[in-house]
Amino acid sequence: MQGPWAKEGAVTLAVAVVLIWLAPLMISTYTLTILIIYGMLGFSLGLIWGFGGILCFGQAAFFGLGAYVYAIAAINFGESTWPMILAVLVPAGFALLLGAMMFYGRLGDVYLGVITLVVTLILFKFINSTAGPQYVIGKARLGGFNGIPGFQTLNVPGNPEAYIWGDAYYYVCAALLVIVYLLVTALLRSSFGRIALGIRENEVRMSLMGYDIAARKTVLFAIGAAIAGLAGALFANWGEIVTPGLFSLGQSAEIIIWCIVGGLGTRVGPILGAAGLAYLKFMLGQQSLIDNTLIMGLILVLFVLFLPKGVVPAVASLWKTSFGRRPFSRVHQARRMRNRGRGNG
Amino acid sequence: MDLSVVILVEMLYAVASLVLISSGLAVVFGMMKVINLAHGEFMMMGGYVTITAVGLGVNIFVAMLIIAPLVVGLIGLVVERLVIRHLYGRLVDTMLATWGLSLLFIGLATMIFGNTTTGISTPIPGFTVGNYQINGYNFFIIVVAVVLVIAMLVVLKSTRLGLIARGTMQRPDMAAALGYSPDRIYMATFFCGSALSGLAGAVLAPLVGLVPTSGGAYIAKAFITVIAGGPSLVAGLISSASLFGVVNQVFTFAISPVFGEVALLVSAVILLRLLPQGVTAKFFKGKM
Repeated sequence: MQGPWAKEGAVTLAVAVVLIWLAPLMISTYTLTILIIYGMLGFSLGLIWGFGGILCFGQAAFFGLGAYVYAIAAINFGESTWPMILAVLVPAGFALLLGAMMFYGRLGDVYLGVITLVVTLILFKFINSTAGPQYVIGKARLGGFNGIPGFQTLNVPGNPEAYIWGDAYYYVCAALLVIVYLLVTALLRSSFGRIALGIRENEVRMSLMGYDIAARKTVLFAIGAAIAGLAGALFANWGEIVTPGLFSLGQSAEIIIWCIVGGLGTRVGPILGAAGLAYLKFMLGQQSLIDNTLIMGLILVLFVLFLPKGVVPAVASLWKTSFGRRPFSRVHQARRMRNRGRGNG
Repeated sequence: MDLSVVILVEMLYAVASLVLISSGLAVVFGMMKVINLAHGEFMMMGGYVTITAVGLGVNIFVAMLIIAPLVVGLIGLVVERLVIRHLYGRLVDTMLATWGLSLLFIGLATMIFGNTTTGISTPIPGFTVGNYQINGYNFFIIVVAVVLVIAMLVVLKSTRLGLIARGTMQRPDMAAALGYSPDRIYMATFFCGSALSGLAGAVLAPLVGLVPTSGGAYIAKAFITVIAGGPSLVAGLISSASLFGVVNQVFTFAISPVFGEVALLVSAVILLRLLPQGVTAKFFKGKM
């Protein structure tokens, strides 16, 4: 990191610190924590979909897996450091296997979507049916539909008595999101990230240039899963219970809506989309006139029809045409990527 | 002996219900290449239409076989005009828009019917084979599925309408040059697909407790059946439905219904990995 990158990193850090400091003045830290966790989840799909061109309909599978792994490991270990690490590694490993199976099989976009969806369903059905006492991992009962309550929540590493909760937990989550964001920025700046963008734009050309497409897509997929797993572990700590609902199709749908609304091909878009829509849902949850699902569905349909680029790129291009010297290519990238599917029909 | 009869009937029933679940999607996705993720919700609406109509005093068979397909078909028509029409050829966008529609329908159904389970009793009594009880309604489902498959074959293969529809799906520009309006043919085909989904939902409604989120249970099965079937519409539908139906029932009998479902999904993933173009891309080539 040098030159303009160091500058961008510093600016990101400064903006993030100000936001993290100001936000609790308006919204309670309890709500903010979940917004940040959802932001991280949205970010994980935004990375693999927006920058890798991998449309995964089952990002919730990795989220749920992270949460379950954390809960099970926390009950068995009685502290939270190793469970956090496992909650990142296990979903990543699972994604490596799944991704290798899909990408080395050269499956198309649609099949990818269907397989990830089906895998999510399998996990959902399986976890839902584990109510019996025979489903035990170590000391933890899987609990079926009721989920797993009462596990050790986050503590200071090495000191299981010192819990991190409330405001402190909010700052931990926010810091983790900033770290993940900076790491992903660095990743996208590296040659790996550049090649991933190349694969998104034109897979055949990149493979003719000698890059191993399948391996690179698999690794990117696993990185996305690792971030989703981290978000899942943080969610488990926030909710203090994990249920099979984490694996549900509705959860997967929401992640995709966040990305579409926020804007694909940008880093902040999915985070803002996730936090914004989650907050909207929170506000809507306080009224009972109109069903929540209906509004989310309507938002998705309207965005696909009228603003398929998403909010952040639209605002950015508006800003550029109003104040900038020349339109930046990022918007075009997003559009080109979304057009890619058109040729297949 | 008795047990084997029961198992045979159960397997036929499993295959028939998969054919029913997937037939609407086979038309919409298989022919039109529209990834309709709201397919399950169309089925859910078919079920609610039936229950409402029966509640109003309509004969259950009229409600299931005529009213539900018509109403859901009309809903499909509205959806096609308002949303899908703008997205033809944009695979990923249709997928997202129809997912939005599915959430929207779930929300609507929750507002209208409430988040509770409703149902109607099956109109055909069961009977016994030796020591076992067989649900008589299962035979009705098998008959409906067989009639449906034959009807689809006849319409697609031997009528002028079917020919025009198939031609338009392959080359809309050529169909337009020959004087047919692709726009209207797409519209009509989508109507048929939605009506089939409505029919399936209606016929299966007496067997399941209906909730607004019932559609989710169908959508994955329908998709893997259609995709695993491959390019030939009817032959693909039958071959993949038979395969998955049998796998499902074998594991249901051997272990538990949940494992039956899981085995179905796992076998689908493996099959897609081995034959990514579907069964009929490799076998039964060129059949309808």
